[in-house]
Amino acid sequence: MVLQAVFLITALLTLGSALMVVLHRNLFISALFLIASFFGVAVFYVLLEAEFLAVAQVLIYIGAIATLIVFAIMLSRGMMTGRTSPRNAQALWAAGGSLALGAALLYVVVFRVQWPVAEKAVPADMIQRLGTGLVTDYVVPFELASLLLMAALIGAVMIAREKEV
Amino acid sequence: MIPLSWYLAVAAILFVIGFYGVLSRRNAIAILMGIELMLNAVNLNLVAFWRYTQPDQVAGQVFAIIVITVAAAEAAVGLALFIALYRLRGTVHIDEIDLLRG
Amino acid sequence: MNGVLFLIPALPFLAFVFIVLFTHQNRRVSAGLTIGATAIAWLLGWYIAFQAFLNPDEVMEAPFRLTLPWFAGGYTVFYTGFQVDLLTAVMLFMVPFLCFLIFVYSLGYMEKDPRFSRFFAYLALFATGMLGFILADNLLLAFVFWELMGVCSYLLIGFWAFRRPEETHIDTAQVQRARAASLKAFLTTRVGDTIMLVGILLLYALTGSLRWDEALSPTSLKALAEQSTYIPFLGEVPWATVLAVLIFWGAIGKSAQFPLHVWLPDAMEGPTPVSALIHAATMVSAGVYLILRTFPLFYVVEEGANGAMGFVAFIGAFTALFAATMGVAQFDIKRVLAYSTISQLGYMFAALGIGAYVAAAFHLLMHAFFKALLFLGAGSVIHAMEHGHEHAHEHGHGHRTEESLPFNPNDMRLMGGLFRRMPRTAWTFVAGGLSLAGFPLITAGFWSKDEILAEAWYTGHSVVFWTLAIAAFVTAFYTGRQIFLVFFGEPRSAAAQHATESPTTMTLPLVILAFFAVAAGWVGIPEAFPGLGAVVRGWFQRFLGVQAEALGLHVEALPFEPAPVLISVAMALGGLGASWLVYGRRPIGVTDPLQGALGGLWMAWHRKYWVDELYQATVVAFARWLSQVAYRFDDAWVIDPLVDGVGRFGRWLGARVRRFIDEQIIDRAVNGTAWLSNLVGEWFRQIQTGQVQNYLLAVLAAVTVLLVLGLF
Repeated sequence: MVLQAVFLITALLTLGSALMVVLHRNLFISALFLIASFFGVAVFYVLLEAEFLAVAQVLIYIGAIATLIVFAIMLSRGMMTGRTSPRNAQALWAAGGSLALGAALLYVVVFRVQWPVAEKAVPADMIQRLGTGLVTDYVVPFELASLLLMAALIGAVMIAREKEV
Repeated sequence: MIPLSWYLAVAAILFVIGFYGVLSRRNAIAILMGIELMLNAVNLNLVAFWRYTQPDQVAGQVFAIIVITVAAAEAAVGLALFIALYRLRGTVHIDEIDLLRG
Repeated sequence: MNGVLFLIPALPFLAFVFIVLFTHQNRRVSAGLTIGATAIAWLLGWYIAFQAFLNPDEVMEAPFRLTLPWFAGGYTVFYTGFQVDLLTAVMLFMVPFLCFLIFVYSLGYMEKDPRFSRFFAYLALFATGMLGFILADNLLLAFVFWELMGVCSYLLIGFWAFRRPEETHIDTAQVQRARAASLKAFLTTRVGDTIMLVGILLLYALTGSLRWDEALSPTSLKALAEQSTYIPFLGEVPWATVLAVLIFWGAIGKSAQFPLHVWLPDAMEGPTPVSALIHAATMVSAGVYLILRTFPLFYVVEEGANGAMGFVAFIGAFTALFAATMGVAQFDIKRVLAYSTISQLGYMFAALGIGAYVAAAFHLLMHAFFKALLFLGAGSVIHAMEHGHEHAHEHGHGHRTEESLPFNPNDMRLMGGLFRRMPRTAWTFVAGGLSLAGFPLITAGFWSKDEILAEAWYTGHSVVFWTLAIAAFVTAFYTGRQIFLVFFGEPRSAAAQHATESPTTMTLPLVILAFFAVAAGWVGIPEAFPGLGAVVRGWFQRFLGVQAEALGLHVEALPFEPAPVLISVAMALGGLGASWLVYGRRPIGVTDPLQGALGGLWMAWHRKYWVDELYQATVVAFARWLSQVAYRFDDAWVIDPLVDGVGRFGRWLGARVRRFIDEQIIDRAVNGTAWLSNLVGEWFRQIQTGQVQNYLLAVLAAVTVLLVLGLF
C-alpha cells in the first residue's frame, strides 16, 4: 500500500515536471523541471529494484546531460530575449495528435493486453552479475558503446570548435 | 505489489509528453529535452519489463545502460550541432531553418 | 614459444604503421622505431636459430609452428601460419641480423635526405616482407610476403624518383632513370610472379594444400611424379615438373636470372643500403630460398625423365657466366656488384640444378654476408665521393681540369687511390672482394664456391663444372679490377682527392660484416678436407643435411678430390692476378685497357649483350604494336566505322521517323505528362515546408492512425 502511494506521488511529480518542461516559456526553468523529471524516473528505478540504473540515471542524466543542456541554454541565451512565442504554429495540432496517441497507448497498455508476469525476486548479487555480464556476454555491445561515446565526443568537439579563419 | 501496467502507463504518458515537446517547441534545445524525456520513457519500459518478466537475467538492464550511453552521445553531438548552428545562422529556432523546403 | 614467431614479422610492421601514422615528422623517432623493432626481431630470430643449431634433431622432429585458420574455401578451411625448421633457422640467422646492420648503416648514409622517415618506414615494411616470407609455412602466405617485398623493392628503387630537383644535387636525368628503373623492376618481376601464381593455383588444385609439409608430402609427391600431362612439343610431362618449372619462373624473376635479369642492374638507381639489403642479400636470394623450399618438386622426378633439374641447372650455370662477363665491362661501381649478384645467384641455382641442396644454401648464406658488405662498402665510397666533390668545389680545388668525364659519384673511372683516404672502408671492401673472388682457405666465398664446384665434379656434371669454373675466373677478374680501380693507383678526379672516411654508423657495420664475410665460411669446411676438415667436420653440411634427409634427399660427405679444389684455387688466383696485370701494374686513363684488347667482345659486355635493346625491340615493341593495332582496330578500322555507320543510319532513320511520329504523337504525350507532373508538383510542394517538425507531426498522425486501426 505504501509502495503504491509512493508510486502514485512519484508518477504525479514526474509527469507534472515533464509537462512543465514542454510547456514553460522560460527555457531555463524548463531545464530545471527536466532535472526533476529525471529524478522521478530514478525513483521508479529504485521501486523496480534496479539500484544500479537509478544511480546511473542520477549520475548521467542529471549530472551530465542536464548540465550540458543548461550550458547550451546559457551559451545561446542572447537570442531568447525577444518576445517570440516558444511554440510554433503547429502546436495545437501537435497537442491534439499527442493526446490521441496517448489515449490509444493507454488503452492498449491498461485494458487491451494481459501482460505476462513472472513472480520472481531480483537476485541479491544483481549488480555483480551485471558487471560480469558487461565484460563477458555483452562485452561487444559494451565496447561498441564506449567507441560510440568517444566518436561522439570527438565529433562534438570538431563540430562545435571555433573555426580559425 | 505495483501492477506492471502502471509503469507502462506512466511511460506511455511520459513518451507522449516528450513527443509533444519535440513537435511544438521552436527552440532546438527544448526539442532535445523532449527527446530526452522520450528516451527516459523507453528506458522505464525496458526496466519495468525486465523486473516483471526476467529479473534473474541481466539483458534488460544492459539494454537500458546502452540506451543511456546513446542518449549521452546524442546529447553531446546534438548540443554541439546547435552551437555550430547558432554561430552560423544566429538562431536555434527550428522553424527558421528550412533548407529542405521544396 | 611458438607464439613468438608471429612477433618477428609483426614488429617491423608495427614500426611501419607507427611511422606512417604518427611519427613521420620526427626523423629520430622514426629511425629508432625501425631499428628497435628490427633489433628485437633479430634477437628473437637468433634465439630461435641457436636453439635449432644446438638441437637440430629435436627441431626437425617438432618444428616451431604457429597455425591459424585463414579462410574457408569451398569444403576446406585454409590454414596459414609460421614455422621454423632448420632451413628457416639458417635464414633466420642471416636476415634480421643483416637488416639490423644495414638499417644502422642507413642512419649515416641517408642522414641528409629530406624523406628520411619515409625511407625507414619502407625499410621496416621490407623487413616484414622478408621475415614473413622465410617464416611462412605455406606457399600462399609466402607469396603474399613475396609480393610485399616486390612492392617495397619498387618503392625503394624509385625512392629518388619523386624528389624535387632543388632538394639535392641529383639531376633530372637521374630522377627519370630512377622512375624508369622502379617500373622496370616491378614489371619484369611481375612476368615471373604471374607464371608462378599459375603454378601455385595448380599445386592447390592438384594436392588440395599449400603447406610445405602437406603439399610436398611423400604421398602427394609420388602422385605428382607419376601423373603426367601432355604438353605440345614436349610430350608427356609429369605434373611435378610442370609445377616446378612454373614456380621456378617466379624465382627467375625475383632472383634476376636470365632472361628476366635486366631489372637488377637498373635497380641500382635506388639508395645503396637498399641495394645491399634488397638487391644483394635478402630479396633476390628469396628466389633461391623458394626453390630450396619446394625442392622435392624438382627432385622427385628422375633425372633424364623430363625433370625440372636440368632446366634449373642450365639457367643457373648460363646466368653465372653470362652475368659475370657483363660485370667485367661496367664502370658504375654498383652495377659491377649487381652483375656479380646475378652471377652468384646463378651459382646457387646451378648448385640446386645438380642436386647440391646444402651447397646452394651455404652459398646463399655466405653470399648474403659478403655481398652486403661489398654494397655497403661501395655506398661508403659513393658517399665519400659526393662529399669530396662538394669539398673540392667549395674550396676551388678544381685544378685537375683534364677531367673529361662528367662527375658521377658511382663512376670508377673517377676514383682511384682511395685506400689511403678511407682505410676502414678499403680494408673491409678488400675482405669482401676476396671472399667474392674465392680467395683460398681464409675467405667464406672460397668454401661455399668450392662446395658447389666439388659437388658438380663429384656428380659428373662436367658442363656445369667448367661453366662455373670459368665464371669463377671472370668473377675474380672483375673483383680485382674493381678493387684496383677504386682503391689503388692515383686519384683520377678532384672528388677522389678530397674524399674522406665515412661516419662510424657506416663503418661499424662494415667491420662487423667483414668478420662474417671471412669467418662465417669456416663452419662449412668439409670433413674430408685435409687438415682443417678434421676441426670443423663439415658442421653446416651435417646440420642442413638433417633437413635434406627429411626431404628425401640423400646427402653424403663428399670424399676429398684435389682436382676441383686446385682448379677453383687456380681460377681465383688467376683471375686476381690477371686483373693486377691489366689494372694494377700501371696507371690507367679514362678508357679501359681491356677495351682495346678485346674490341667487339668488350663492347658486347659493356652494352650487356644488347639484351635491353633486344627486349626494347621485341617485347616492348610488340606490346606497343599490339596496343597500336588494338587502337586502330577500335578507332580506325573496324569498331569505330561500324559504330559510325550504325549512327549514320540511325540519324537518317530518325529524321524520317521524327516528322511523322515524334512531333505529332510523342511530343504531345511528353508535353502533356510534363504539364501534369508540374501541376501535381506545384500542389505537393506546399507540404514540403522544410520544417522537420511538420514532418514529425505527419509521423505522429500516421502512427496514431495505424495503432487505432490495429485495435479494430
